[in-house]
Amino acid sequence: MKVLIVAEHLNGKLEDITFEMLGKAKELGTAEVALLGHNAKDMAAQLGKADTVIYMDSPELAQFNPDTYGKALKAIVEARQPDIVLIGNTSMGMDLAAALSVDMNMPLVAYAVDVAPDKVVSSLYGGKMNVESAVSTPFIASVLAGAFPADAGRGEGSPAIEEMAAPDLGGAKVRFKQLIEPEGGDVDITQQPILVSVGRGIQNEDNLPMAEELAGKLGGAVSASRPIIDNKWLPKTRQVGKSGLKVKPKLYLALGISGAPEHIEGMKDADLIIAVNTDPKAPIFDYAHYGTTVDLFDLVPALTSKL
Amino acid sequence: MNIIVLIKQVPDLVEELEIDSSGKDLDREWLKYKVNEFDDHALEEALLLKEDQGGSVIAMALDGQDVDKALYAAAAKGADRVVKVTGVGENPSNHQAAKAFANAISGMDYDLIFTGVQSVEDRDGQLPVLVAHYLGLPHVSVVSGVQVEGGKAVVHKEYGGGMMAELEVDLPAVLGIQAARETPRYVPVARVRRAMRGTELEEVSAGDVDASAGSEVARMFKPETGAGAEMLEGSAEEVADKIVGILKEKGIV
Repeated sequence: MKVLIVAEHLNGKLEDITFEMLGKAKELGTAEVALLGHNAKDMAAQLGKADTVIYMDSPELAQFNPDTYGKALKAIVEARQPDIVLIGNTSMGMDLAAALSVDMNMPLVAYAVDVAPDKVVSSLYGGKMNVESAVSTPFIASVLAGAFPADAGRGEGSPAIEEMAAPDLGGAKVRFKQLIEPEGGDVDITQQPILVSVGRGIQNEDNLPMAEELAGKLGGAVSASRPIIDNKWLPKTRQVGKSGLKVKPKLYLALGISGAPEHIEGMKDADLIIAVNTDPKAPIFDYAHYGTTVDLFDLVPALTSKL
Repeated sequence: MNIIVLIKQVPDLVEELEIDSSGKDLDREWLKYKVNEFDDHALEEALLLKEDQGGSVIAMALDGQDVDKALYAAAAKGADRVVKVTGVGENPSNHQAAKAFANAISGMDYDLIFTGVQSVEDRDGQLPVLVAHYLGLPHVSVVSGVQVEGGKAVVHKEYGGGMMAELEVDLPAVLGIQAARETPRYVPVARVRRAMRGTELEEVSAGDVDASAGSEVARMFKPETGAGAEMLEGSAEEVADKIVGILKEKGIV
């Protein structure tokens, strides 16, 4: 079984998802890593677990670009004919996997949490259901971050590095302009020992002071899941999860957060997780140490008054 | 500037999800549907752009559960035209849905296509990039913030850790919207009812949907859960006492 992994990197650093997929690929067979970039060959040294690194260099690949990366990846897949292509179900991967599926007429299974030569398991419906797809090679799986341990994909070794010439990437319809760093100035939630984190269950912006007051009493700060940030109730710097920040506080008190996989990814390593959600089936309870289905609007004032 | 917004109805996860007798799908009989939340953001961003720069917004959805209501709601929010794509089977894969949308769109005049970056039912991949590739258009996923100037869109693509890339995209293009720059607007039911009377719901045939996910569902199952949380029972007062006890025991307070 020949597995091709698409390496993901940002600002010169390989992302964990690359190693997570590489570890899985080694379990399945031989692992080839497609590394696309510009003056980025050095990164291959970190891919010790790979059997082969296919390195493609071009100024057009210096930064991720859905257009140029898509064309480059297609050329690699055509040349290498892998049985399985693993791509992160990430911001970058979303622009690659479906494109490759249409262009190469290859089946794609997304949100993968397990991959075998004949089946892929996807975590769908906000993590509430798993769906097993019967597949036959060749196919593409886009893998959820955190589905496999990254450590299994890290290690010493000296993979063969094969340089492959980039196809014509001129005339791209998407052009990279700049990277924008997160705004500073606000609270750094990754440094807070205690986080009171609010989700959709907080219902509206007017209820936020209640969480702020509790966080104040506990000596922590308020963080949030994505819907709160998308609604602009709190700044992006407060977002926990896949497109936000990974946090590891001593206490993570989740108020009205259902626990979609994207959120879990950002907080599952907290020392103590207490979840408050009126839905007893909310996935957050699978990860929390303690949970309660008491209405947060009753519980939070009671808790605040006792501290 | 003309923007087409693709809207998808998805199961409301607030409801309890059950597996049907085939063991391969949700029991959809009593399932409540709602507009994919990211599509709401896509519509909002399109309406904001129209309000800034003029043009029109067309909301488009595949025929299915409660879809008329969703389209009339889009009209009530400010969509100029609402279009239902007919002739697609029940619960199409995203490859099929994308092909149906691409067929319906191909004769239309547009500058941008917006849709939600993802939904809870994307087993075979996310819709925006599939649509883009069936139409041969450039695409960017996970977009928050769109500006249009001189035949180009400048967009912010979100990465992890709060990082974003600014990308420039030639039009026409497909954007997978993560978040509009404002909270999606709310319309009261009365205005949706008024829109139902005053709006023509156009129908377009999906045409030949020669696309497939390329895989079949073998089974659906609830994820195995770990040890799970120790549940704290009682009144709010009692649970609050228990939590304070736990926090004291762990030395947190």
